[in-house]
Amino acid sequence: QIGSVQSLGGTGALRIGAEFLRRWYNGNNNTATPVYISTPSWENHNSVFVDAGFKDIRTYHYWDAAKRGLDLQGLLDDMEKAPEFSIFILHACAHNPTGTDPTPDQWKQIAAVMKRRFLFPFFDSAYQGFASGSLDKDAWAVRYFVSEGFELFCAQSFSKNFGLYNERVGNLTVVGKDADNVQRVLSQMEKIVRTTWSNPPSQGARIVATTLTSPQLFAEWYDNVKTMADRVLLMRSELRSRLESLGTPGTWNHITEQIGMFSFTGLNPKQVEYMIKEKHIYLMASGRINMCGLTTKNLDYVAKSIHEAVTKIQ
Amino acid sequence: SSWWSHVEMGPPDPILGVTEAFKRDTNSKKMNLGVGAYRDDNGKPYVLNCVRKAEAMIASKKMDKEYLPIGGLADFTRASAELALGENSEAFKSGRYVTVQGISGTGSLRIGANFLQRFFKPSRDVYLPKPSWGNHTPIFRDAGMQLQAYRYYDPKTCSLDFSGAMDDISKIPEKSIILLHACAHNPTGVDPRQEQWKELAALVKKRNLLVYFDMAYQGFASGDINRDAWAVRYFIEQGINVVLSQSYAKNMGLYGERAGAFTVICSDAEEAKRVESQLKILIRPMYSNPPINGARIASIILNTPELRKEW
Repeated sequence: QIGSVQSLGGTGALRIGAEFLRRWYNGNNNTATPVYISTPSWENHNSVFVDAGFKDIRTYHYWDAAKRGLDLQGLLDDMEKAPEFSIFILHACAHNPTGTDPTPDQWKQIAAVMKRRFLFPFFDSAYQGFASGSLDKDAWAVRYFVSEGFELFCAQSFSKNFGLYNERVGNLTVVGKDADNVQRVLSQMEKIVRTTWSNPPSQGARIVATTLTSPQLFAEWYDNVKTMADRVLLMRSELRSRLESLGTPGTWNHITEQIGMFSFTGLNPKQVEYMIKEKHIYLMASGRINMCGLTTKNLDYVAKSIHEAVTKIQ
Repeated sequence: SSWWSHVEMGPPDPILGVTEAFKRDTNSKKMNLGVGAYRDDNGKPYVLNCVRKAEAMIASKKMDKEYLPIGGLADFTRASAELALGENSEAFKSGRYVTVQGISGTGSLRIGANFLQRFFKPSRDVYLPKPSWGNHTPIFRDAGMQLQAYRYYDPKTCSLDFSGAMDDISKIPEKSIILLHACAHNPTGVDPRQEQWKELAALVKKRNLLVYFDMAYQGFASGDINRDAWAVRYFIEQGINVVLSQSYAKNMGLYGERAGAFTVICSDAEEAKRVESQLKILIRPMYSNPPINGARIASIILNTPELRKEW
């Protein structure tokens, strides 16, 4: 029931999946099928589906800025109102850029609505293992949907969890009702691949394949991934404790409740500008910071700078 | 029921199908003349010695895996442009070109096809020689272009139907796109002579056609890098601002590493910058940025004198 196509990173997997869906989903060449992307999301999601030919790209509620967490009700409402057969791009874990994931219970609610409304799940899994340190935990949502009988796509990236960024290793996994359907889907995906890049680069995939199929290397990889995830988790707790010690106005538990590479700090654009111009700390206008940029050597400076930005600028 | 019940089984790739049938054959005398890759005299794949040396150099440096820029490895794209255009090329020296790294020849062709679909307003028509590489048609079609053809191969003489080609090309509507194989025409192996290239250049210039060169065999065709690029360079010298796709699959044996490049010859360096920005916008939603390994190998070979000589 499962097949996959090696792709050029997570982006390439998303693109092949999008091109296939545009040609074969919900009829033939139905460019009018709505595609829902979370607000906010990785900016390139939009471009991938636009360039694949979809004409109706919509957003679904995700981030609640006021409570700095998931807007579950808004999300579920959008799914209830979405036309049947709409495609939903779901972040499997470590939502980019908010770092805010649904809990297993919330995922169950999401799946229930999607099943009832015949919505298509397209998972973007760019951080398996990297988010929590556990491969299984980070794949829980995808596996739950599969166990609930969904047909779905999952775009996987090995850029972060293997650190293979520039080798462009990715995989588009297809879960279908049965082998016959999956085989036909793959045969058509191959045609799309053939006119896009003919065949994928060998180097990075060889590294991943060798590692995943060798018990010793797999164990070592698991360890390496956990090392990365643990450092990020440490930076989260260190940053939060510093902000709380400084008495920085506001609440900072979201820093440790969020997961993955990114944190939506809650800094507003003016505070972000202050950080960049006055403190030479570069971050996104949305207030998103890459936790990986923090080190034991710069934590103090960053915490103090955030403190200044929040107290001086409103 | 499945979302995919109506999805038809795609037909097997015609070229790969031959190899699959060959593999199934148990006869001891079998040989595969369908394969589109170089084989040595023992029928084995050939990894170039200079490539092995470049690989060793790369491994010893223990470089990081940071993302390449969207347009690719700068040392590679610059060396690719110089390889195609020639170091004395005015277009190269003045910087009135942009070269982006592509996923070997196919990826480079596709970037170009998408770019033309988005930015070449006068026409959707791409004229291919009859016959051409089988994948040209679906590449341009998937990019949203329409395919037309001009006479090229004369099956009666197994050579170039030059008068037929000139006749057909003279009737191509102005400002259409014409694709030319720079050397070692695939699949016929029939190339125009230099005098014929000169006439073709004059004609496409007169018809005001956009010329798209596909150069997948520079060096591999005649053994002479400059000779194989002669047509491309001549056209540019005649003031024809071509677009060009290059592949390193065959001439460096880098097949699975996917090293290639797409070039646009522009009016000036400023235009080249604008074109570059739009190429990046096209590439980002396809695969974000290109794979490094093949480009690094090619770049080291092209930029290291002893290795370039050995290549």
